[in-house]
Amino acid sequence: MSTPQPPMPQTAAPNWQAAPGSSYPTYNSPIPVVRTHLGHALASEWTKIRSVRSTVWTLGVFVLLVVGIGLAAAALIAANSSEGSMRNENPLSFGFFGLLLGSMCIITLGVLTTASEYGTGMIRTTMTACPSRGRVLTAKAIVFFSVAFVVTLASALVVALADVAFLDAREPSGQEWLKGTVGISLYLALLGLLSLVVGSIIRHSAGAITIMIGVLLAPLVIALFMFSQSLQDLQKALFEYSIPNQLSVFYEQSLSNSGPSGWDPLWIMLGVTAAAFAGAYVLLEKRDV
Amino acid sequence: MIEAVGLTKRYGDKTAVYNLSFQVRPGAVTGFLGPNGSGKSTTMRMILGLDNPTAGQVTIGGYPYRKLPNAPRQVGALLDAKAVHGGRAARNHLLCLAQLSGIPARRVDEVLGVVGLQDVARQRSKGFSLGMGQRLGIAAALLGDPQVLLFDEPVNGLDPEGILWVRNLMKSLAAEGRTVFVSSHLMSEMALTADHLIVIGRGQLLADMSVKDFIAANSAGFARVRTPDTEPQLREKLAGALAEAGGHVLPEQDGALRVTGLPLPRISDIAHDTDVRLWELSPHQASLEEAYMRMTQGAVDYRSTIDQKAGLQQPLPPGAQPPMPVPGQGQPGWYAPPPPQPGGQPFAAPQGPYGAPGAPAAAPGADAPNPYAQQAPQAPQSPPPAAPPAPAQPPAAPAAPSAPASLTKPEDAR
Repeated sequence: MSTPQPPMPQTAAPNWQAAPGSSYPTYNSPIPVVRTHLGHALASEWTKIRSVRSTVWTLGVFVLLVVGIGLAAAALIAANSSEGSMRNENPLSFGFFGLLLGSMCIITLGVLTTASEYGTGMIRTTMTACPSRGRVLTAKAIVFFSVAFVVTLASALVVALADVAFLDAREPSGQEWLKGTVGISLYLALLGLLSLVVGSIIRHSAGAITIMIGVLLAPLVIALFMFSQSLQDLQKALFEYSIPNQLSVFYEQSLSNSGPSGWDPLWIMLGVTAAAFAGAYVLLEKRDV
Repeated sequence: MIEAVGLTKRYGDKTAVYNLSFQVRPGAVTGFLGPNGSGKSTTMRMILGLDNPTAGQVTIGGYPYRKLPNAPRQVGALLDAKAVHGGRAARNHLLCLAQLSGIPARRVDEVLGVVGLQDVARQRSKGFSLGMGQRLGIAAALLGDPQVLLFDEPVNGLDPEGILWVRNLMKSLAAEGRTVFVSSHLMSEMALTADHLIVIGRGQLLADMSVKDFIAANSAGFARVRTPDTEPQLREKLAGALAEAGGHVLPEQDGALRVTGLPLPRISDIAHDTDVRLWELSPHQASLEEAYMRMTQGAVDYRSTIDQKAGLQQPLPPGAQPPMPVPGQGQPGWYAPPPPQPGGQPFAAPQGPYGAPGAPAAAPGADAPNPYAQQAPQAPQSPPPAAPPAPAQPPAAPAAPSAPASLTKPEDAR
């Protein structure tokens, strides 16, 4: 029988030596035991995310939507706009349509990263292999966020360069470049991260995806049908803070003149995601797997 | 070394595991038995820190699982062969687990070779058969070369070669000084593999003893005696003489007699004295299955019954005989010869919510009747109303179809 003793910083293995007087045999593995940390979990999650086809599919469709619709919009506008009519417009803003549709793919991938483990039962294997549940969630969040950000940035950049090249519009400022590529990619990656966290809370792929699509589209659609005078304030708030409008803010365009502006959407999404992450973390540690 | 103390788990108002205390020692294969829904998997999940116990605790090497440093290097587990993402290749599945605990990647190929999956390592596990999935799960358990191994139904779906392999694997792992804790429903397999048994029923401990003790405490060996089939009166004569000499005599399906309480030479002497020739006199060692059936028959939650097909069967043509029921079907008491000492109470009476009706729930009274040691309630045992009647055969035919009643008689007397 082993003696319980506080974990020591150097020796990672618990004391398997039987208590004095008892004759239990012990086994010691020849493979060295290392102390695990977040890096191990990151490597593991990277293996997981790259070794399933759903990642390739969702990201493939995402790139197709963002770049395809972005280029198609650029071509359409270039063909139909009269000479000089777009002098004052930000050419980057035409990347919006592709990114809005593509966000559905990011949401799906985010949810699947966590919820699919519950659907398949893999979560029990994972949580047995790493009882530090928070570490697993953190690693998933970091790996997913990085992948989503890099892919979104690359796609957005291609569309932005094409827009600037094809369209007879003004030259975007440095700040506009930053917001129209890096800013909006950070925002979308955060939206995906929020989906990942919701997937971890809901533990059900279809349910979590439905919730996130609802969050994405419902406020805007509901607000469209608020005709009553008494609901005007609510309607305005729903318009302003709906996710499509927040996306649009990155191109200095908005449905209203008040509401979020500049980098505000990023901070809003960051706050919401951080709060949801904290909730998911606590739930994960507390609930039975 | 796995140690559970007062382990209890409630899901809402359903108690899955109640006040379970046991130790699983290194250097031996410990079998974990119990009927469906008795709490085996819940216990395993609590050992692995997946479920938090409502009360009590379970430790491995002195630590709760979630406090173990690099747990997968200390404990390997096969919980559920389907606990994998089907879209991921077998090798990648193991690789991500290896990376999680800092195990070198070549160990992945090593264990794939051990379980014999190296040829399908790059195929997605979705297409695996049940047996292949089981092998993948065993590979995951062996990945960390751990000191403690837990297997939940490891031979499910394995081919005979695989079953033999798992049996030898368990034994060799234990021989290396590891703790091996295996749940299974295959009694014949457990009898060959396990050294020690922990039996639970309805979430409570029923037995914690070596396999040999378990069989001895729950089931007695018996002698099979066969008299010439051609002279049925000899059989009655011998049965009477044996009963007079203090033996318990039960008729068997094929016309033989099942005798307990008398040694073989004594049976032979009695036969000689009463002038009865014997066609067979053979000793029968009780099997683990029989012992297990006897112990758990009161704790079975999901009991099968005979398929009556009531009102669906064609009336039998005149003169035809209804088919004989297969022995054991719908006869809960068919297994289980009585234990050696009548009225013996080899186990402490379970306490708490499942205690015998009328027993004080909290009193750990040793005198409280053990509901599991007793015969199951009479109701499910009485022959169902639509059961085929005893076939009208020549008088020499055994009274087997009506056997349940006579078989259970001595048990009722206990």
